[in-house]
Amino acid sequence: MANVLVVAELAEDGKLKKSTLSAITFARQALPAIGGALHIVVLGASAAAAASELAGYGAAKVLLVEDASLAKYTAEHFAPSVAAAAQGCALVVATATSFGKDLLPRVAARLDAAYAGDCSGVAVEGGKLVYKRPMFAGNAFGYCTLETPVQVATARQSEFTPAEASDSGGASPVEKLAKAPVGAGAARIEVIGLEAVKSARPELTEAKVVVSGGRGLKEKFFEVMEPLADAVGAAIGASRAAVDAGYAPGDFQVGQTGKIVAPQLYIAVGISGAIQHIAGMKSSKVIVAINKDPEAPIFQIADYGLVADMFQAVPALTAELKKRQG
Amino acid sequence: MKVLVALKRVADPDNANKVKIAAGGNAVDTSGLEWKPNPFDEYALEAALRLTENGKAPKQRLGEVVVVSIGPKEVEQTLRAALATGADRAIRVDATDDQLDGRLVAGALKALIDAEKPDLVLMGKQAVDGDSNQVGQRVAELLDFPMATFAATIKEEEGALLVGREVDGGVLTLRVKLPALVTVDLRIVAPLSVFSKVTEPGFKYNDGVRFAPLPAIMAAKKKPLDVKPLAELVPGMALTTRYLKFERPVQRAAGMKVKDVTELVDKLTNVAKVI
Ligand SMILES: Cc1cc2nc3c(=O)[nH]c(=O)nc-3n(C[C@H](O)[C@H](O)[C@H](O)COP(=O)(O)OP(=O)(O)OC[C@H]3O[C@@H](n4cnc5c(N)ncnc54)[C@H](O)[C@@H]3O)c2cc1C
Ligand SMILES: Nc1ncnc2c1ncn2[C@@H]1O[C@H](COP(=O)(O)O)[C@@H](O)[C@H]1O
Repeated sequence: MANVLVVAELAEDGKLKKSTLSAITFARQALPAIGGALHIVVLGASAAAAASELAGYGAAKVLLVEDASLAKYTAEHFAPSVAAAAQGCALVVATATSFGKDLLPRVAARLDAAYAGDCSGVAVEGGKLVYKRPMFAGNAFGYCTLETPVQVATARQSEFTPAEASDSGGASPVEKLAKAPVGAGAARIEVIGLEAVKSARPELTEAKVVVSGGRGLKEKFFEVMEPLADAVGAAIGASRAAVDAGYAPGDFQVGQTGKIVAPQLYIAVGISGAIQHIAGMKSSKVIVAINKDPEAPIFQIADYGLVADMFQAVPALTAELKKRQG
Repeated sequence: MKVLVALKRVADPDNANKVKIAAGGNAVDTSGLEWKPNPFDEYALEAALRLTENGKAPKQRLGEVVVVSIGPKEVEQTLRAALATGADRAIRVDATDDQLDGRLVAGALKALIDAEKPDLVLMGKQAVDGDSNQVGQRVAELLDFPMATFAATIKEEEGALLVGREVDGGVLTLRVKLPALVTVDLRIVAPLSVFSKVTEPGFKYNDGVRFAPLPAIMAAKKKPLDVKPLAELVPGMALTTRYLKFERPVQRAAGMKVKDVTELVDKLTNVAKVI
């Protein structure tokens, strides 16, 4: 019987990323079709701590690949080892973060496997896995099967609740695996460094509340959005137009081609509601839109719409929220 | 530098909310929607043009830009448009869309690239119809090329590129030695995103992609466009991604308008109970 392999993601500091837990949930849902056991692979320069944390999720084993060349992620160094760890597996899965979306298609090619990216669901039908994928900016769902001996997929983080540590108590055995030989391409890549966007706020994809700003905020983007975010403990997002214009950093972008968020509460400030933006936030539980244009398309999907000038409404909203918190 | 750019044409992305599901649910019906080049691929082409010129004299191509599309006869329009904006040569691989999946497209591109031997392969990060985001990564693996996906900036160095990638948490800079593969993100067409070795420091492009002047559109008709059968590039390779059915997502209904901030906070606290 074949197994399922989850590829874990580590943060720059070597800590396990919570996003990994969504891939574990996906794997648990897929296991009935495959029948084997759950395996998890973790790669890094020193990933033993992350491996023992991962041992708490009921996997048959956790594979640990440690090597100095894995200190900083590159697909060229990671893909061969993930492919090697996938031996005996019928499915390889990671969460569709920028890491998963970069690495897993490369792993798929290495395994000559078909790939279903950014899946919002997985089901077992007639003993086969059927992947549900948003397409056309979320305007259609496609249900597909992959017809290769090994299948590779990434899971949309917002659609798979993070796996809970298993309560069976036992820890999975951690097995060391040597780094697999890399191809010639690996010698031609060098990581210069990450220019990180530092923030004490929750991660956009994990926050319970997200407040996003649009192009009209201009240079006042942070001046207007930060106090609101602080008042509700929110992460800050942005439209593409706000990012393109340089008012907000690139990794704030919410949308079809940015981050996909599904918080309890999403507040869109001065965002028109282009389909590419809506694709990234329409699964939010409650949507609030503040826009001065009563015809803005964002109001068509908002639970609560406020037609107002944001430069007045947002500070007033911030003050009102603070007042009620006492 | 010789650059190969992969272009796909997609149903008008700004009207993606008008796609229909065919009766029976086994196909997406895009009839009524105009074909447009995949925006990310237009950006890849713009980046290729910027990398093969000095900025000031865009008519002088310092290198070669080859554009490739896999699709039916109609994609030749997309290729001609690319030739008009400055590409030198085009190749169409003949196939209908339902003969293709990411694995096949990657296989076909790999075979073409083996024959063409470009220094750089530039592609979009995703085609916005299937939103699949896999072909570039696959091609890089098949070629054993270093890759930089989701590129927001490219700076050419001697035999290498310095690429700023948009990743979760910030911008990650990589150096890839040529030959290499880069997939581009939205910001690659900002005024200061791409520098070739000969771009003057401080040279600023117009934001976005360039448009072809009429004489160039006429001249593009004479530029070479080769056609190759798919089976020649990927003999015997079968489709391995099968779509069983399609469905429209449940539409969110519009809610209510609130008159002011006080009412909004009341609703959020007492009705929606999300704060
Ligand atoms: C390939 C591709 C991918 C894309 N991907 C994404 C994506 O992932 N995410 C994304 O967001 N977009 C994406 N876009 C862009 C998208 O099409 C829109 O252009 C963008 O979302 C618009 O941003 P905006 O709402 O801030 O700006 P605009 O559309 O310009 O809207 C500004 C809004 O602000 C309102 N406003 C202005 N001043 C005030 C004020 N004082 N008070 C209140 N309201 C005010 C206006 O009424 C208007 O509704 C993509 C586009 C393409 C082609
Ligand atoms: N049929 C095709 N012809 C040419 N290039 C393609 C085709 N399909 C995908 N591509 C390229 O691969 C990129 C990623 O596509 P995808 O993996 O399908 O999202 C696109 O942006 C194109 O550059």
